[in-house]
Amino acid sequence: MPILSKDDAQAILKKVMSFTKADECEANLNGRTSGNVRYARNTVTTAGAADNVSLVVQCWFGRRSGVATCNQFDEETLRRCVQRAEEIARLAPEDPDYMPRLSPQQYLAANSFAQSTAGITPDFRAQAAGDSIALCEARKLTAAGYLEDGASFAAIRNSKGLEAYQQFTNVDFSVTVRTPDGLGSGYAVADFTDAAKFDAKALTKVAADKASASVSAKAIEPGKYTVILEPAALVSDEGLINRLVYAFDAREADEGRSFLSKKGGGTRKGEKLFDSRVSISVDPTNPLAPSGVFDNEGLPVKKLPIIEKGVVKNLYYSRFWAEKNKVAPTGFTGNFVMEGGTASTADLIKSTQKGILVTRLWYIRDVDPQTLLVTGLTRDGTFYIEKGKIKHPIKNMRFNESPVIMLNNIEAVGRAQRLGGNLVPPLKIRDFTFTSLSDAV
Amino acid sequence: MNKRLADAALNAAKSAGASYADVRIGRYLNQSVFTREKQVQNIANGESLGAGVRVLANGTWGFAATNQLNEQGLAKAAQLAVQIAKANSKVQKEPVKLAPQKGFGEVSWKTPIQQNAFEVPVAQKVELLLAANAKALDNGANFVNSALFQVNEQKYFATTDGSYINQDVHRIWPTFSVTAVDRASGKFKTREALSAPMGLGYEYMVPKAQDKIAGPADTGLIGYKNSYDILEDAALAAKQAKGKLTATSVTPGKYDLVLDPNHLGLTIHESVGHPLELDRVLGYEANYAGTSFATLDWRKQGKPYGSKLVNIVADKLQPGSLGAVGYDDEGVKTKEWDLIKDGKLVDYQKIRDQAHIVGQNESDGCCYADSWDSVQFQRMPNVSLRPGAQKLSVDDMVKNVDKGIYIAGRGSYSIDQQRYNFQFGGTVFYAIEKGKITGQIEDVAYQANTLEFWNSCAAICDQSDYRLFGSFFDGKGQPSQVSAVSHGSATTRFNGVNVINTARKV
Repeated sequence: MPILSKDDAQAILKKVMSFTKADECEANLNGRTSGNVRYARNTVTTAGAADNVSLVVQCWFGRRSGVATCNQFDEETLRRCVQRAEEIARLAPEDPDYMPRLSPQQYLAANSFAQSTAGITPDFRAQAAGDSIALCEARKLTAAGYLEDGASFAAIRNSKGLEAYQQFTNVDFSVTVRTPDGLGSGYAVADFTDAAKFDAKALTKVAADKASASVSAKAIEPGKYTVILEPAALVSDEGLINRLVYAFDAREADEGRSFLSKKGGGTRKGEKLFDSRVSISVDPTNPLAPSGVFDNEGLPVKKLPIIEKGVVKNLYYSRFWAEKNKVAPTGFTGNFVMEGGTASTADLIKSTQKGILVTRLWYIRDVDPQTLLVTGLTRDGTFYIEKGKIKHPIKNMRFNESPVIMLNNIEAVGRAQRLGGNLVPPLKIRDFTFTSLSDAV
Repeated sequence: MNKRLADAALNAAKSAGASYADVRIGRYLNQSVFTREKQVQNIANGESLGAGVRVLANGTWGFAATNQLNEQGLAKAAQLAVQIAKANSKVQKEPVKLAPQKGFGEVSWKTPIQQNAFEVPVAQKVELLLAANAKALDNGANFVNSALFQVNEQKYFATTDGSYINQDVHRIWPTFSVTAVDRASGKFKTREALSAPMGLGYEYMVPKAQDKIAGPADTGLIGYKNSYDILEDAALAAKQAKGKLTATSVTPGKYDLVLDPNHLGLTIHESVGHPLELDRVLGYEANYAGTSFATLDWRKQGKPYGSKLVNIVADKLQPGSLGAVGYDDEGVKTKEWDLIKDGKLVDYQKIRDQAHIVGQNESDGCCYADSWDSVQFQRMPNVSLRPGAQKLSVDDMVKNVDKGIYIAGRGSYSIDQQRYNFQFGGTVFYAIEKGKITGQIEDVAYQANTLEFWNSCAAICDQSDYRLFGSFFDGKGQPSQVSAVSHGSATTRFNGVNVINTARKV
């Protein structure tokens, strides 16, 4: 049931369209079947599997709209869901930002589904956890990790006959390895579309090596340092680059409440705000990091550079804001690709006289949206570099830094890697601001 | 109907070889209304229905969930859960040991609400939010976003211990964000609502005089208990947001902080609530949320967590709180217990499979899953700072501060994975000089170490100032789950805390 074929999904959506008396209707059907295993203290803790398909129905009477959702697909539930969306729409005030439904669109093709991932079994997951644990036990270390895999689909239909459908698979793995005395900790993280590329042992070894190497960390004075930020220090749900990429909304900039707002009015589009080596695009058909080729309204998502050679190239325009400003709307589904060079992280270390290698940044929160200043801490493997070599582990530190300032202080850009469905290179940055020490390991 | 479905799952689990099983059949309703300025952005109604089956087989946990709500669907999920448990038992080290729990038979519990928010017409909610927006715009705001979140969890939970528990849980959260912009300088500032998410019905939206507590003189601030005046707060927010544009930027240094309960709640949450979760202490969250400095060994050393004034209590009972339920998501009756007494750590938060590790034989009843398709695990109960025993008002507290800052509301907050080093902001700040509030200031964040901070606790206002703060979407676990939790406190003073200036130029 969870992974409906294109025809089965559209059959449910057509039924929804046939039940509505509204002027316009749009329905999204999303399904996912997933499994996971979680382990800690070198033993499995919880594991689970879940199947679900959910429907979101939005109805319009003129400029008034309402939304309802359900996850059962018998005729009675579907009718009730449509009815509730219609009821809410009738009661809702008129929406000045109303846009009519899109007519049928053409979409790019993304290689976002792999059969190897869709076929993962509980035994496969148990084996991966077992391999990761065994490697750590043999080295007298303690592993805590998480493996999740899933197959999913997204389907849309609207009352103008637009239809869209895409399938996805994902494997997400992360592991934290700690020394038994609690004085060392290391981390590794990776994600894939195709499970065939996943190697629990290799990733666990990276984390284990960092754990062993990070024992007996020395405190250094907080201040401005040259840092090498590995991908996990740049990209996560709360990551520095994620925050930057999500801050490119045109409307907020036009309204004067964004770092991209211009003094006196307007936006900073066209200005060079970053180092020339910074280029970031939305790119759903990138073969290494495929993602959704349409957004929730069925608007096609295509390659869109937002920063090109340091210049603000494009901002995101919703359909309403685009029409108001007489520009093309930009679909945005969430992946981004930051261009990299050819150097490995090891090469970046070799070329560093004095600096700090940062494995991961954590608990990153906005401090000031005016400057995109954020704060957070290093975690799970922070090392001092001297004369091109890792000299010794150092204690974790809190930073206060803005990605806008940081991307002006680039010393070197490494080879791009996939993380969180995006591509990002490790970066060497000068004058990165650490403000206090933390006792956390 | 639910009992028949539950028994189908429990029986299938036992037949497949489970030594214990529980099943949670859930109907999760939510409604959210979003507006900006004079318009509604979105009104969404969510309904999700399904069941999750958790089993113990070969001493190992397994879990499977399905939205196929019939006997066949539930039996299939139970069998898959057992299959997962058996696959994982090959890499299991110590078999799971559950604290004993008697069955309660067929029982039920309901959040004691006066008016079910789901029965209030949407038009009435829209009208109230738009009226709040109008108050903000009339008082000088350039932009205002407001929202109302409502949740109703209808949970039927059964175990092979013989419990069949029916619960109807309600939560509500009105909130807004007011922005003032100065186009000429390109500056913008926001002030967030001083409401709290609550375990209440729509009665929270109807302001009552007895629920209002005046903040310090010369700030105009009002604290809210069991009802909220969104119109009053929106008007004040606009004035304060404008005030923030021209407020003096703080001079970094040591200050005595006077923290409002609507701000202090989050500090309690991060620096006491999370480090005392036993799963974090033991290393179960090492790969995501992190571990804790407050290990079992640290506790044995008997060092003070805070000054003698600091008494922190956990509960799942406080009326109006987000944590209040009759039974947790593994069928344990809820209770209240001490975490910190006279500054000393005395206990943790634990569930059935953890109690034996600290030599106890009962769960604290704080197991929770955020949906039918997620597995239940240890979540934070309400964690609250007891008010001071001596009579003390906020104005009397401020009078004694020579160089300080009064902070209200939620702002930026960040803490390390073992909960030592934190940096917190707020939504509105006032300078205190020689016992008097002298005006709004900006760019304030305080950086401290958890133990130094709680040991600098110098005074706590009395019971009359006690209020709940809440976190509606607290994240933990893999896959990440949210939970809602309240934190009660009265206004509290901390001496000599390090304050930094957060202004930058880009």
